[in-house]
Amino acid sequence: MPLFLPTDLSETLALLADHPEARIMAGGTDLLVRLRAAGRTPGTLVCLERVAELGRIEALETATGPAVRIGAAATITDLLRSDTVRQRLPLLHRAASAFAAPTVRNAATIGGNICTASPAADTLPALHVMNASVELASRRGARILPMPHFVTGPGRTALEPDEVLTGVVVPVPRIFTIHHFEKVGQRQAMAIAVVSLTAMLAVEDGRIRDARLAWGSVGPTIVRCPEAEAILRGSRLTLTALTEAARAARRAVAPISDVRATADYRRQVAGNLLLRLADLPGRKPGS
Amino acid sequence: MIVFTLNGIGQRLDVDPTLRALDVLREHCGLTGPKEGCGTGECGACAIWMDGVTRLSCLTLAGQLHGRAVTTIEGLADSWDENEATDTTDQPPLHPVQTALAERGGVQCGYCTPGMTMVAAELLRREPNPDRAAIREAVSGNLCRCTGYHKIVDSIEDAAETMRKKR
Ligand SMILES: Cc1cc2nc3c(=O)[nH]c(=O)nc-3n(C[C@H](O)[C@H](O)[C@H](O)COP(=O)(O)OP(=O)(O)OC[C@H]3O[C@@H](n4cnc5c(N)ncnc54)[C@H](O)[C@@H]3O)c2cc1C
Ligand code: FES
Ligand code: FES
Repeated sequence: MPLFLPTDLSETLALLADHPEARIMAGGTDLLVRLRAAGRTPGTLVCLERVAELGRIEALETATGPAVRIGAAATITDLLRSDTVRQRLPLLHRAASAFAAPTVRNAATIGGNICTASPAADTLPALHVMNASVELASRRGARILPMPHFVTGPGRTALEPDEVLTGVVVPVPRIFTIHHFEKVGQRQAMAIAVVSLTAMLAVEDGRIRDARLAWGSVGPTIVRCPEAEAILRGSRLTLTALTEAARAARRAVAPISDVRATADYRRQVAGNLLLRLADLPGRKPGS
Repeated sequence: MIVFTLNGIGQRLDVDPTLRALDVLREHCGLTGPKEGCGTGECGACAIWMDGVTRLSCLTLAGQLHGRAVTTIEGLADSWDENEATDTTDQPPLHPVQTALAERGGVQCGYCTPGMTMVAAELLRREPNPDRAAIREAVSGNLCRCTGYHKIVDSIEDAAETMRKKR
């Protein structure tokens, strides 16, 4: 079976248009595991690893302010080693450090993580709270979609058969003072999230001016909770406010029971993780 | 035709490029150093280097080797330049990580050892003086059912010291 190794984007798009049966492979860490589990051979593959323009990470200015553009074939290791990501997108950097282990990170790409569209995908909550958009291209043209419009369900995306995800554009968060990511897994390394919370808070003079929250692994896709965000907005960052927001969060999530945890456990922990925001290192209790 | 170098020697293979690199290395190239523990990315026993970077050969396809410099445990010692000058015995030369694992009890059944060694040697090339936390992080994708890991971490620390002295 052919394995194509295009070296630029136009060649990639031509291959996809000419081989409708072809599948895209980036790092292969989801695709090859899935095919093997199903007992299937790979078939025709278009591998993105040598498309240089898909591997770039760059800071840019947009009409709405500074942003970072990350090529879809950038690996999780690339994210971890990028000063731009560490300095401007600390949440994505945290998510990358909690991702699998270095062996997997060297192959796994951010584009593959987005396209797999797993509720447990570790980069997705950060991309959601930062209002990231994805760039898609095919020989028919290019388009941009906000994250929530692209990932539509577990394993489901708005990707057309001849399209490739070329990159993700992430606006640099500016007013936010707290960037928090916590992943609960069954062990420390190589653990798929049982529940994760990603939070950005803008705290000014002790009051929360803005809050953005996203949970992983507690619904068919990433779960946002506007109600919990509204409870936090305008209040002080206290255990009382967080407890109320946690109650709203437990109502908003729609977890399932699986081999890793029960739905009840996930619901409980989804709320509990919010309480942790009260005692982050470097904050005085109740301040 | 898949053209690449394997432990410094040029290779031309006429195989299905969608076979796993692990199978091609073991069955077509006769190198049984890379091991299959899980076949799903969880254990690290199949780790090799592609252009000096650790890669799981069970999740890499043969075609992806094209144009690359591939190193397996069989060729690791040669990547450590100091060996040429110091090799005076009949024994095949070893990489300092291999020597340290053997001497410090970092090997029991040995199944995890090739993968563990490749990962550790890549770490020491990038970071000559890692602390224990960095070592544990580097090998966190390599499972060992025998040693309990402490002696492996001790061995890698030792190897780092040896390599710093020789550099
Ligand atoms: C041992 C192990 C541990 C793991 N741990 C984690 C973890 O901790 N957190 C986590 O989130 N994930 C984890 N994963 C899952 C996986 O590694 C990630 O989802 C990874 O980001 C997938 O990227 P990839 O490049 O390997 O994708 P691939 O397997 O190459 O592709 C996945 C899917 O996306 C499509 N695709 C890929 N790139 C594009 C593109 N640019 N355009 C269009 N379609 C595309 C492919 O066709 C395929 O359907 C783990 C996997 C393994 C094997
Ligand atoms: S065999 Fe490749 S990671 Fe286990
Ligand atoms: S020595 Fe037996 S698995 Fe590590």
